[in-house]
Amino acid sequence: MSRHLTYAQAILEATDLCLGADPNVYLMGLGVPDPKGIFGTTLGLREKYGARVLDMPTSENGMTGVALGSAVVGMRPILTHQRVDFALLSMEQLANEAAKWHYMFGGIMKAPMVVRSIIGRGWGNGPQHSQSLQAWFAHVPGLKVVMPATPHDAKGLLIASVEDDNPVIFLEHRWLHYISGPVPEGRYTEPLGVARVLREGRDVTIAALSYMSLEAHKAARMLAERDIDAEIVDVRSLRPFDAGAVARSVEKTGRLIVADTGWEFGGFSAEIVAQMAERCFGKLKAPPRRVALPDCPTPTSAALSKHYYPRAIHVARAAAEMLGRQDADSLFAEETGAPLDVPDKSFTGPF
Amino acid sequence: MDSRLRRQLFHDTLRIRLIEEEIAARYGEQEMRTPVHLSIGQEACAVGACAALRTSDYAFGSHRSHGHYLAKGGDLTAMLAELYGRATGCCRGKGGSMHLVDLKVGFLGATSIVASTIPIAAGSAFASKLRGEDRVTAVFLGEAATEEGVFHEAANFATLHKLPLVFFCENNLYSVYSGLEVRQPAHRPTWASAKGHGLRVLYGDGNDLEEAYELSLKSVDAARAGEGPVFLELATYRWREHCGHNYDNHIGYRTEAEYQAWRARCPIERAQQRLIADGLLGAAEVDEMRARIDAEVKAAFEAARNAPWPEPEEMATQVYAEGANAT
Repeated sequence: MSRHLTYAQAILEATDLCLGADPNVYLMGLGVPDPKGIFGTTLGLREKYGARVLDMPTSENGMTGVALGSAVVGMRPILTHQRVDFALLSMEQLANEAAKWHYMFGGIMKAPMVVRSIIGRGWGNGPQHSQSLQAWFAHVPGLKVVMPATPHDAKGLLIASVEDDNPVIFLEHRWLHYISGPVPEGRYTEPLGVARVLREGRDVTIAALSYMSLEAHKAARMLAERDIDAEIVDVRSLRPFDAGAVARSVEKTGRLIVADTGWEFGGFSAEIVAQMAERCFGKLKAPPRRVALPDCPTPTSAALSKHYYPRAIHVARAAAEMLGRQDADSLFAEETGAPLDVPDKSFTGPF
Repeated sequence: MDSRLRRQLFHDTLRIRLIEEEIAARYGEQEMRTPVHLSIGQEACAVGACAALRTSDYAFGSHRSHGHYLAKGGDLTAMLAELYGRATGCCRGKGGSMHLVDLKVGFLGATSIVASTIPIAAGSAFASKLRGEDRVTAVFLGEAATEEGVFHEAANFATLHKLPLVFFCENNLYSVYSGLEVRQPAHRPTWASAKGHGLRVLYGDGNDLEEAYELSLKSVDAARAGEGPVFLELATYRWREHCGHNYDNHIGYRTEAEYQAWRARCPIERAQQRLIADGLLGAAEVDEMRARIDAEVKAAFEAARNAPWPEPEEMATQVYAEGANAT
């Protein structure tokens, strides 16, 4: 049986391999060498690589500039933020400088840097500790944006991101850190800009981002019991976006649901729907649907947040409705028992 | 100070003045379709700093960096072609006046967001430190940049890691039309906030070419010797409007008298008088120097204006660096 790692362990292993392979790679972030090691993703690296693994001042924008400046002269930094909400402080350096450094100087310099950032969810994380802002980053030409959903892709995409010559925003959903799945040993890469079909199906395409790929997977199992065959395309890379892969699936199924961890309004789900409407309008048998966050900040109380986050049943219901099932709401019962504001650690691959 | 060096500094300062005067003279033609922020009046700061730097040292600039780029040795024709939006510009027409670069001389880039290149410069200095290179990074900023958060973030990090970084701060008293008195407390000089971060601080007259050079040399030498980052503040004054080629003393944010007082302290005239008094330069030599520079500038403008435009298909190229740089 193939080796299983958690998503967090896969990131740690990828980082270790990158630091070992190239003396220009270095890793910094607030808390990187601390006893928690960014949810376990950086543990032991300081001891192994010394000065190339460092803690930093609480200066998100300034340190993003430091990462960029070092990248411009040939380093390959990995900068880690514990929450994407804090990374917002660095939007100036990311959007104005890093994203444009190659372009605005006529292509004579490069900015190879990776910014890891973590999306929170549940346990009362509330309005400022759980935002899912991939659309902000994906909006800016010059940035690449990836959101791996599986341990296998976390490792392969992180190594590819470090080896890429552009600034890459690497977004990890907090709940994914716990999941486990098969992860090959040694160095391998997953290409940026290529989606992955997680499950083949003929009735409906679910294009999912990050953690929603897991909920989509669960939804597909629920749908299968009702004779609905869902295809799941894990988008993986928002920039470059693999529109071709999603379009091939939509042309086959004629139906599109986009499941996103971010807000529906102005979100990346809107971009996917728009591109598919432009590319394969004639093949659509039903209006596309988005399963994403409602138009309000994240509430803190569990009594409210359980109504905030879309889950497998919402994806499944959307699919059933698109297929004309009259009783879509009652087909999939609300989950009972398990609390909804903590990760479901039972998720294991292969997905 | 070596007399050859004194003449060279004078020449380099005069050259920047004449180049920018020519830009000003032609700006009204509206062929340079890019916002220009002229450094006329402030040139000695750039020349003093760059004379203290080696070609292998790195430098970063800001929106007002024609002088920094030229003083570091940046190619004149490539800069002018960039102002004219031509394919042969230093950024192939993708940058403009506020985005200058010449890798051959270590001028790694000027960008247009106030203070934004300061942490980037700290990053290149950090890389030099990690690699054990004998290299200083210089960053040019105005006093307004010290009001931005990233200045403080970079100053803190640079001190923490004792980076080989020199902050060359030109205090010209204005952020666009906002005077220093509405932006910084009167009892706290600009350099004091750098001192508060633990940087070594030097302060002097940015309109005194030789003083600017001596202080720059002290700053660069200290940074190179591993003593940590240095903040050098030089007092100076921008003669023309914030952006554009006109004088704007009549519009009400500053006075003609203030301008005239600074005009009387012209860095070039002062240096010239001193060199003549010391018998190192004659009036005829100055005329000859001017004529040579004029010819160079005219030829560079000619070459820039005759250079080809970028092809339309270049618009969306170089958004991403091609290919992974796999090890």
